[in-house]
Amino acid sequence: MSARQNRISKTLVMAATLVALVAVTGCHKKASGVNPSALGPTPAAAPAPTATITAEPGAIDQGQSVVLNWRSQNASAVTIDGIGDVNLNGTQTVSPANSTNFHLTAKGDGGVAEANVRVTVRVPVAPTAPPTVAADMGSEAAFHQNVQDIFFDYDSFDLRPDATTSVTQAASYLAAHPSIKVIIGGYCDDRGSAEYNLALGENRANSARAALVSAGVSANRLRVISYGKEKQFCTDETESCWQQNRRAQFSLDR
Amino acid sequence: MRAQDTFKTETSSGVTNIRIAVADFKPASSDPQTDGLKHTFDTTLFADLANAGIFDIVSKSLLPQSIPGTPPEIKVQDWAAAPTSAAMVAFGNFGVQAGKIICNGFLFDAKNLQYPQVLAKQYNEEASDDSARQIAHRFADEIIFRLSGGSQGIAESKIYYVKITGADKEIWEMDYDGANQRPLTHLGTVSLSPRISPDSSRLAFASLGRDGFQIRMFSLVLNRMVNFPGVGGTNITPAWAPNGKDIAYSSSRSGDPEIWVSDANGALARRITSFRGPDVSPVFNPRTGSQIAWISGRTGLPQLYIMDTDGSAIQRMTDGGYATSVSWSPNGQFLAFAWDRKYGPGAPGGQDIYIMEIASKRWIQLTHDGGRCDFPSWSPDGRHIVYANTADGKASHMKIMTMLADGTQKRALTDPGADMPNWSWK
Repeated sequence: MSARQNRISKTLVMAATLVALVAVTGCHKKASGVNPSALGPTPAAAPAPTATITAEPGAIDQGQSVVLNWRSQNASAVTIDGIGDVNLNGTQTVSPANSTNFHLTAKGDGGVAEANVRVTVRVPVAPTAPPTVAADMGSEAAFHQNVQDIFFDYDSFDLRPDATTSVTQAASYLAAHPSIKVIIGGYCDDRGSAEYNLALGENRANSARAALVSAGVSANRLRVISYGKEKQFCTDETESCWQQNRRAQFSLDR
Repeated sequence: MRAQDTFKTETSSGVTNIRIAVADFKPASSDPQTDGLKHTFDTTLFADLANAGIFDIVSKSLLPQSIPGTPPEIKVQDWAAAPTSAAMVAFGNFGVQAGKIICNGFLFDAKNLQYPQVLAKQYNEEASDDSARQIAHRFADEIIFRLSGGSQGIAESKIYYVKITGADKEIWEMDYDGANQRPLTHLGTVSLSPRISPDSSRLAFASLGRDGFQIRMFSLVLNRMVNFPGVGGTNITPAWAPNGKDIAYSSSRSGDPEIWVSDANGALARRITSFRGPDVSPVFNPRTGSQIAWISGRTGLPQLYIMDTDGSAIQRMTDGGYATSVSWSPNGQFLAFAWDRKYGPGAPGGQDIYIMEIASKRWIQLTHDGGRCDFPSWSPDGRHIVYANTADGKASHMKIMTMLADGTQKRALTDPGADMPNWSWK
């Protein structure tokens, strides 16, 4: 590059810097002239009303009651949906049957203000809201739907043909949720010896672990615990019950 | 009659049992405590001698009317004559003075008119029900030692076991006769397979924690848990070597349950077996310490095996069925184990206690039709076996029973809710 070209490029850089500086300071001056946050919805003489509402406690079991507490300023009339006209400031005890949004409207010369509070009612049988899904771990229900227990034949720790589909499904679910860690519990039916069944349960859980590892699940995400016949799923002396107990059970390792 | 029916154990071998008369002791003081404590003493002494398995005990209704308290008060001819017909007489006096039990016990040979005295013992202990029982145990052991040809009595031995308390299982201790049941651990989890060290100072067992079952150690000297290092996998069924320095146990740290041996602090662990499938419940030959018997599922249903402690010279001992829970007799000659010989749905018979002579692999069945039996454990004198039994098969109804090693004199030591007994080494 020649000396003349060099000088020209320097001049260009300086000019560009100057333009940028002017633009920045220009913007700054303009913003400080009018503050948008100071603009009210109605720039009238009367001040705008404000209102707050709280509920204590925020979540109750069905049949219990909750105390609403509201405060308003610069308002002439306050209503709460479902309750009607109320005092400008006040408290009230309510006992909603379902989870409810209490919506407060405060009207004044300066305009209208609104406030909300939600009271969650825990209904014993079915939750009204779907369970919140944690970001990475997936839900407990989704886990058990996709990672299903593996069942074994009597006194055996070899995987049966019906287990291979479970393993494939489980491996793909675990691949899609890489932060899940899993406890594999080994269980046995209540026949036979307690000591021998602890070792057999260990072999069963390890069979399931080995199958998941060969399906691509990282071994350090899997923890094996044998419970032998110490934690029975059911206690009937029937083959269907024994079969329930002869399993490798997957659960989230939190 | 099958060949096995003529099998003899040491219990039933040799001469006929010695006929012994056990007199109630004579009260030696008017202290109000005397009656109650003397009753405990008399009952315990009688039961110890009756349970020993080497005596023919004279029924108390056949004893002479007069109660001798000291050697000058006894006329041994009266005891040798019919209907008592005793060869030996145990008698003495028992009193409480100033908060102390003072007890003099004698053993006389009823057929030796000139020098009848075989044994004279004096005991001086704090006055309590437990002391009265322990004095009776010690006197009984002295008598058994003299009359059995030098075999140590077991009346002072202990039995360690699993007590089922709701969903938890804790380790408990009791006297050999079921008295004095008391808890050792309070871990609030499932603890299994207690095994007492040869010197009765430490108790190894397996306990369920966050990482599954691990070997734990309880010190009976310190009366608290002591450290035993955790390793990976499931670690269960510890067993003490007779030198008290090594323990064998089942560990799946390598991914498959195998028999490992380490020192009693968990160091220097080395693997002894290497076959795919469960290997569990090891026990050392208590006489030599150079062999291990254990249960292996390498061929399918669990079978009983023995090997040298370096893993060589493996021998399969059972020829089928479902065999578990082996215990090696103190003289090294016999294995006691639980066996369901015709295992499977609808098969006849159930899980019973068997003993096998190792040299010949001949066996006899000790329990019959009494429900499911498991976890036999030999007494220190090799004449008794303690085991767990559930008449209806329900695990929660397990109770601890004892019997002579020939299968006679079965009786319950505990109520339902007790399992996995382990008899102390002395």
